[in-house]
Amino acid sequence: MAILRVNPTRMELTLMKRRLVTAKRGHKLLKDKRDELVRRFIVLVKENAVIRKQVEQELGAALKDFALARAVMEPGALHQALLYPAREAAITMGRRSILSVCVPVFAMDEESVSKTVLPYGLAETSAQLDGAIETMAKVLPLLIQLAEIEKTTGLLADEIQKTRRRVNALEYVMIPQFEETIRYITMKLEENERGALIRLMKVKEMLEERAAN
Amino acid sequence: MANKLFRMGVVGEEDAILAFKAIGAIAIPATTQEEISTAIHRLSREGVPVIFITEAAARLVSEALARYDQIMETAIIPIPGIKGSDGFGAQLLRDNVIKAIGADILTQQN
Repeated sequence: MAILRVNPTRMELTLMKRRLVTAKRGHKLLKDKRDELVRRFIVLVKENAVIRKQVEQELGAALKDFALARAVMEPGALHQALLYPAREAAITMGRRSILSVCVPVFAMDEESVSKTVLPYGLAETSAQLDGAIETMAKVLPLLIQLAEIEKTTGLLADEIQKTRRRVNALEYVMIPQFEETIRYITMKLEENERGALIRLMKVKEMLEERAAN
Repeated sequence: MANKLFRMGVVGEEDAILAFKAIGAIAIPATTQEEISTAIHRLSREGVPVIFITEAAARLVSEALARYDQIMETAIIPIPGIKGSDGFGAQLLRDNVIKAIGADILTQQN
C-alpha cells in the first residue's frame, strides 16, 4: 500500500494519528449502519417478494376478467362507459426515514375508497364489466402497498451499496494508508534521532581526543 | 404535505391500462419506446408519485426507469400486463437484492 506523500515531521505524525482515529470511528459507524440497513432490507425484500407475487396473481386475474368484459361489449360503448371515472384513485404521500434514508409512504385516500366504483349507468354495459372493475378496485390497495415497499427496497439497495463502498474504501484503502504513513514517519523520526545521537557521540569523542592531546 | 392528494399514473398497452382508467388512474396508452418514456416523464413532471407500467412496456425503457431509481418522489412499478407476468418485475427485485447484498437470496429460498 502506497504511503501518503507527507513530510516526516512530528506535526504530520500527530495529524495522521488524528486522521486514523477519525477514519476508524467512521469505519465502525458505517459498518454498523450497513449491517442494520441489510437487516431491514432483508425483511423488506422478503415482504416485497410476497406482495409482488400476490399482485401478479390478483392483477392477472382482474385483467383477464376485464379482457373478458371487453369481449362482450362494443369497443365504442366501453370507451364511452369509462370515459369519465366515478372517482379519482387518490393517494396520500408521506415520507419516513429508515436510518436517514428518506422513503415514501403511500396510502389510499379514504374518501376515494368509500366512493362508488362504477363510473357508468348499468343499462348499456355488461355485468362482467361491473365485476371486473370491482376486482380491480380490490387489487388497488395491494398495488399501492407494492409501490411503497418496492420503492423503499430500491432506495435502500442504493444506500446499502453506497455504504458498503464507503466501508470498504475506509477498511482497505484509507486506514492501511494512514497506518503505513504513521509507521513511515515514526521510523524516519527515529532514524533522525539515532543520527543526531551518533553525531553527538562522535563530536564528544572528537572533543575528548582533542582535550587529551 | 401529508394531506395533499395525488393521483396514480398507468402507462402501457391500451388493453391493460383501460382497466386502470376505470378506477380513476391517469392512463396513458403507449407502445413504442418513445411514447412510453415521454409518458413517464410527463407524469413525473406533473408530480404523480406512483406510476404503474406494464412489464412489456417497462422492458423497452429500462434506461428511463433507471433515471427515477434514486428519486424518492417518483415510484415506477412494473405490473403484469394483459398476458400475465413475464418476470420483469421479479427480475428488478432480484437485481436490487444482488446490488444490496451481493447474492441472490430470494431464489435460493424457493
